[in-house]
Amino acid sequence: MSLSTQPPKEPFRLGQLLSDTRYRSITIQVVALVLFALGLWWLIGNTAENLKNLGKTFSFDFLGQRSNYDINQRLIPYDSTSTHGRAALVGILNTLLVAAMGCVLATVIGVIAGVLRLSKNWLIARLMTVYIEGFRNVPLLLWILLIFALVSESAPAPRAFANGDANMILWGTMAITNRGIYVPSPVFTHGAWLIAAAFVVAVGVAAWLRRKSLREQAATGKPPLPLWQAAGVVLGLTGLVYLLQGGIVFTLLFVVQLAIIAAIFIYVRRFVRPALQYVPSQRASATATALGALTALLWAIYISPALWHMLTGVFGTPAFTPSITLDVPALGGFNFTGGFNVRNSLVALWLALSLYTGAFIAEVVRSGIVAVPKGQSEAAAALGMPASRSMSLVILPQAMRVIVPPMISQYLNLTKNSSLAIAVGYMDVRATLGGITINQTGRELEGMLLMGVFYLALSLIIAAAGNWFNARVKLKER
Amino acid sequence: MADPKIAYVRETMLPPQAPPGNDTGAVSWIRENLLSSWLNVILTVLSLWLVYYVVSHVAPWLLRGIWQADSLAQCRQIRDEMYGAGANVACFAVITERWNQLVFGFYPRSGYWRVILAFVLLVVAIAPVLFAALPRKMLWFSLVSPLLMFFLIWGGTIWGPIAVGLGLAAMVGAGVLVTRKRGMLLGVLVAIGVGILWFLNPFAIVWNGVGGAGNPLGFLFPIDSLITRIGDAVAPGLALPRVLSKDIGGFTLSFIIGIAGIALSLPLGILLALGRKSNMLIINTLSVAFIEVIRGVPLIVWLFTASLLLNYFMPPGTNFDLMLRVIIMVTLFSAAYIAEVVRGGLAAIPKGQYEAADALGLDYWKAMRLIILPQALKISIPGIVNTFIGLFKDTTLVVFIGMMDPVNLLGSIRANTAWNGIYWELFLFVGLMFFIVCFLMSRYSIYLEKRLRREHR
Repeated sequence: MSLSTQPPKEPFRLGQLLSDTRYRSITIQVVALVLFALGLWWLIGNTAENLKNLGKTFSFDFLGQRSNYDINQRLIPYDSTSTHGRAALVGILNTLLVAAMGCVLATVIGVIAGVLRLSKNWLIARLMTVYIEGFRNVPLLLWILLIFALVSESAPAPRAFANGDANMILWGTMAITNRGIYVPSPVFTHGAWLIAAAFVVAVGVAAWLRRKSLREQAATGKPPLPLWQAAGVVLGLTGLVYLLQGGIVFTLLFVVQLAIIAAIFIYVRRFVRPALQYVPSQRASATATALGALTALLWAIYISPALWHMLTGVFGTPAFTPSITLDVPALGGFNFTGGFNVRNSLVALWLALSLYTGAFIAEVVRSGIVAVPKGQSEAAAALGMPASRSMSLVILPQAMRVIVPPMISQYLNLTKNSSLAIAVGYMDVRATLGGITINQTGRELEGMLLMGVFYLALSLIIAAAGNWFNARVKLKER
Repeated sequence: MADPKIAYVRETMLPPQAPPGNDTGAVSWIRENLLSSWLNVILTVLSLWLVYYVVSHVAPWLLRGIWQADSLAQCRQIRDEMYGAGANVACFAVITERWNQLVFGFYPRSGYWRVILAFVLLVVAIAPVLFAALPRKMLWFSLVSPLLMFFLIWGGTIWGPIAVGLGLAAMVGAGVLVTRKRGMLLGVLVAIGVGILWFLNPFAIVWNGVGGAGNPLGFLFPIDSLITRIGDAVAPGLALPRVLSKDIGGFTLSFIIGIAGIALSLPLGILLALGRKSNMLIINTLSVAFIEVIRGVPLIVWLFTASLLLNYFMPPGTNFDLMLRVIIMVTLFSAAYIAEVVRGGLAAIPKGQYEAADALGLDYWKAMRLIILPQALKISIPGIVNTFIGLFKDTTLVVFIGMMDPVNLLGSIRANTAWNGIYWELFLFVGLMFFIVCFLMSRYSIYLEKRLRREHR
């Protein structure tokens, strides 16, 4: 005797497609897919017919044609004989430039404002609230236009530098004018590769020393090689090569640099080192090394030449010139020549994007800090940690878990908002590829498509990088 | 049990004493809140200096502002007479003189009452949605009012909006009826079918595609245009003078785009979020692709797409209103953001809630409507309102495709010889208007969060 637990098989009925949950989801999906395909087919069909009526074809040939227009702000060589493709690349680099600058400054502003809004100081907390609410509730476009007006009207004209009404800053190397900020640009001559090679070697040596000391720390608990020593190796080696290329003035320069390094040494030893001891993780050390290397790079290509520029003013031009010098802007006629002109459009866009996004980041940071249970800061206080250290060692690492995901979307927003460059005439990708190129060639469809794909790819890359970072910093839970 | 070793035990409580003078009142407050550490002292001094600097520069400019003048030159003349030559004084006369333009754009002067009436209707329609204390019956008016507002602002015959309203009612009615008898899926399909029958010309579509010219079945026009024609023949007087979209500008434009976008993007965003959480592969993939593509590209690019490219995607000869295109783009854009916010809310609902809904035997839509979505939406309120605030601020971007929004008017007023050279006053005004609206929205979201808080804290 056997009892069948299987229900008797019913023949399939058409009604089951709607009533039976097993088949219904398939029905819904098939209907959705058919509707989607029909819609797509309709759109593409329309487009094809419209293009045919206009006598246009779909091709990206225009990217190879001569562009015939100039771009005033550019990071790579370009002139009006270049191709539209190169113009698009200039625009893309400009977009990336302002987005990267904006993300850095917005983070700095946002973290400071977010922490200060929670300050016990009543006045500063209110001021930060005013800043945050003010920037968050007014359209970004208005801020961009306003800051553009501010930078172009409040700064002195180049004329004012000639008659002494205004002075260049930073040892006479930088001028802030209403036509933009003139900064020195580094000039690399034939021997520059020696310094570059020395720099690369020094970074390698520093990284090797650092890793060795970290392994030692893991084994014995001895504190690792501090940041200043790693940076010192880089600076010392690079500086030595730099020194060898110069003459007497350069010996002086080296002494000055050594004095500054010594000052940094004392500072680091007194204030930073005790704090670093609490950071056992390898990541913090790697970050510190990277920061040190960056500082050294900045030192080698900017600060050293700037000092050299100042010293040559005192001691005269030495017999040997180093291979990296600065092209310092100088007043010639009615305007500055030489150096690198950071136009007001870039400055205004950068500041506006940073201040605007900074207000949002401040709220992100604040909510992250508030989300850390109060018991954590109380525990830190009970252990005798001062408030500043408990913030950096106890509160912020835990707040990161809440802060990082919305922070990524703020970076995304900033990047996309950089397309508002159109308001101040900054030549980003929308102005070159999506603006003048489209107007000149009449290729709206292709131009917009390329631009859309660029922004989409950029967004996806930022999101992916952010998620990767988030996976690394988030609390490991079981 | 008195211990003989203790000589004296107090038996009455001493009255509490006032704290020392240093610990109470203004002095202590200042010490605690402004001067608690050296860093705080420095910060306090810095902020005081900043406040003084800003106030000393802005207050005279603001308070002595001149409100009545015909041009900047006249404004300066008045200033020189009152405060001496070259004094730092605002010239708000530009706002009083150009008030109508900033609010209505180039809307015909004789029709201002229509915009104002539409705004009043908007307030009446929106009130029961925002505040639960008002009678629920007012919601019926909220449903009808969009058509009324459309009629008031754009004008034309009233039969068009009536036909559209009847068509929507027919769609919903047929959909609900079939859903009750035969289930959701068939209900939706029937509703879509009724919509096609009512608003499009199905026979012509089969023959030539939408709007195809010269179709042999042209005598079968859609029902809504039939109603409009009959209505116009019977009662031709029920019409207002037409106003073109390009004449609508200023804050009216910002409000129309903003509110239409807000109203349309919420339901669409919720549907997209449900699609993204769905475990049906195709629905899920389509939703994810839509959300990511829309969010990955800046709104400006979408607006340019709307103004430059949309004609390519439509059948030849179609040309629909730029404002409608912008509203569609803005709606799609913010719907993608709302979808992500709502998805976060859905993810925060404990799994037990879904299981409880299943245990009660509710189907998918009932479970969503009665159990999951109310909780998820409550969680996502701040994010949704933030998206709305962003949407309203983004209405300023239409300036780049040549629409007459307040930022565009800023430029055109400054280009006028009478007001050439004026800047900060107009900026302040436009910025302040946006600030007020956005700030009220964020306060409302806080109020709503408090009202909906059910758990005990």
